[in-house]
Amino acid sequence: MRRWLDDLPKYADDSSWWPKGTKRCRPEVFLIWLGLPLTLLAYFTVGAVLCLALGLNQTNMNDYFAFGVWIVVDLAVIALGAGAFFTSFLNYIVGKTELKPIVNAAVLIGFICYVGAILMLGIDIGQPIRGWFGFWHANVHSMLTEVMFCITTYAIVLTIELLPSVLDNRRISRVPEFGTMGHNLHTIMIVFAAAGTFLSFFHQGSLGGMFGVLYARPFAARGGLGIWPWTFFLFIWSAIAVGPSFTTMIVMLTEKITGRKLTKHSVKMLMGKISGWLLITYMVAKSADTAWWAYIKLPAAGLTMDDMYHSPYGYWLMWVELGLCGWLPALMLVQEKVRESYGLMFLAMLLACIGVTLNRFVFTIQSLALPVLPFESFHAYLPSWQEWGIASLVLGFGLLVFMLAYRYLPIFPQEPELNE
Amino acid sequence: MVIDLDKCTGCGACSVACMSENNIGVLHDETDKIRSITWMRVYQIDNGKSFPDTEVAFIPRPCMHCQGGTSGTPGQAFFQEDPMEEAAHTPCVSVCPATATDYDEETGIVSQIPTRCIGCRYCVAACPYHARYFNWYDVPWPKGTPRALSPFVSPRMRGVAEKCTFCYQRYQAARNKALVSGGEVGEMDYQTACTEACPSGAITFGQLQNPKHKVHQLISSEYTFRLLERLHTNPKVYYMSKREWVRKKADNYVTRHNKFAQAAPQSGH
Repeated sequence: MRRWLDDLPKYADDSSWWPKGTKRCRPEVFLIWLGLPLTLLAYFTVGAVLCLALGLNQTNMNDYFAFGVWIVVDLAVIALGAGAFFTSFLNYIVGKTELKPIVNAAVLIGFICYVGAILMLGIDIGQPIRGWFGFWHANVHSMLTEVMFCITTYAIVLTIELLPSVLDNRRISRVPEFGTMGHNLHTIMIVFAAAGTFLSFFHQGSLGGMFGVLYARPFAARGGLGIWPWTFFLFIWSAIAVGPSFTTMIVMLTEKITGRKLTKHSVKMLMGKISGWLLITYMVAKSADTAWWAYIKLPAAGLTMDDMYHSPYGYWLMWVELGLCGWLPALMLVQEKVRESYGLMFLAMLLACIGVTLNRFVFTIQSLALPVLPFESFHAYLPSWQEWGIASLVLGFGLLVFMLAYRYLPIFPQEPELNE
Repeated sequence: MVIDLDKCTGCGACSVACMSENNIGVLHDETDKIRSITWMRVYQIDNGKSFPDTEVAFIPRPCMHCQGGTSGTPGQAFFQEDPMEEAAHTPCVSVCPATATDYDEETGIVSQIPTRCIGCRYCVAACPYHARYFNWYDVPWPKGTPRALSPFVSPRMRGVAEKCTFCYQRYQAARNKALVSGGEVGEMDYQTACTEACPSGAITFGQLQNPKHKVHQLISSEYTFRLLERLHTNPKVYYMSKREWVRKKADNYVTRHNKFAQAAPQSGH
């Protein structure tokens, strides 16, 4: 395969755009690689056109499943993209400068996750043209209002945080105005890191609060502090626990695919350590929350745990989420020996990310699958191919942006010295 | 509203009247029951016994126009004897990001503004009664039928949520009439379409707080109950049945012995 690629005729030379001291594949090879995200984006386009032209009847959502795979993916990528705000917070505000080599990558991944989620939500709402009503006629009591405001503003913050990397491109920075602007942005980045932390704290929480406040849905409903149900804090907690893991995983995958070292292993280990200890504390809180829900909340609603788990959404989901993809990766990541091993650390991080994705899945899908009325029927849900198409936007858009950024922007400052 | 389940025959006249009154269209495929729009839906329930002991009842279910519990404070549930006692708002109203639905303190009706709705479906997810519907399709009005639509109710567009409004347009007409004549809206001046259409007189409609109205007397009956009372949604729709198994179907009960269940309030009367 590699030899076949090497035999291709040589076309344009874009090496002057590459980050200083790095090597990238030839442009024609890169174009072939771009086929993957472009195929995914074409798939998304077909699904999006059908949904916008013919309506959401193109999906398998219905009046029982008001939310579907898009909301699951949306919640999951926003949680996984939390590495952006949390790593920035640790680097700029707490002063953990050891994380500096990975901050740009975290911000880039966060940008991809948030922008992808917003684009997907544009298809998800039945009246996309009226999307701005959520801002104009905002209901201050709705958790979704908070989500809309914070996600939008944080996406803007992420764009600003990403801008210095774009302006630091070798060719772009030759323009004096851009060079100066990039330099000045670097100096005030702490302000945006603080703004991002504030906004992210509230929308990560609001996404959890969205389900916790559904007091007429016993599976999701929780008590809490003031106006915030426990899920508000649990969602923040889980997001900051797996965000660093997801960022590190993407960096590790990029290293494997490109065959180049991008950050020192000590940086990855530190990210793993942060994830591990946060996961441990999150799992303690989550386990306590589950016990309270099972022994106090559900009986008060006249229900038991057995009423909450029906095939295909059986008890196995809970054990996989809390055990295999909860406690296990948490206990693995706090071990230094595990973090020293490239493979084991990757595995633990992957399990943690799956666990949080599962958590978002059960809150979205299982909450709605379970009938509250005793004489209502139980339904299961499988997305249509159009829904998968739109859900693949995040992957397609993410791959495209990440590939372009990796090729042309100085995302990994340690790369030149690590690959001399 | 009070619905006597011992009188209801499940004929569906209330559903048909509701569709006609409120311009609910017939879709391409009405066999797709999980997407068809029935503001007034009639459920069939049975006592779970085999023939010849089988008994059947029908539960017409409009929007409950929940008021939400008012005795609890949000977030205080953990420290209360009853962890469900925490809501102080209508489930669907508090979640709508665009204020497309609202609880009217004066009438007790939960309104819906189709042209304000952005179609996020959060309200559909929040309603435990499945009383909220989303327009998954454009209604294929056959040629000529739009002329037969009621001019007092806006036909809804694709991509918005909708629900029973207790025929609010009828209330507006009755209120305007009362304003002109200088009187009050009388009990029979404002009746919903389903109430008028019910051939067995199972549905009674009026002001719950007005001692002169029949519904006020009916809700004090020992046979009156509401759906899912433990959730403290405080619905405005009451049901009546002298059959205990029917009343038991109104809420969930812990099936196995649990010490925490002892503190839970009993549903119904």
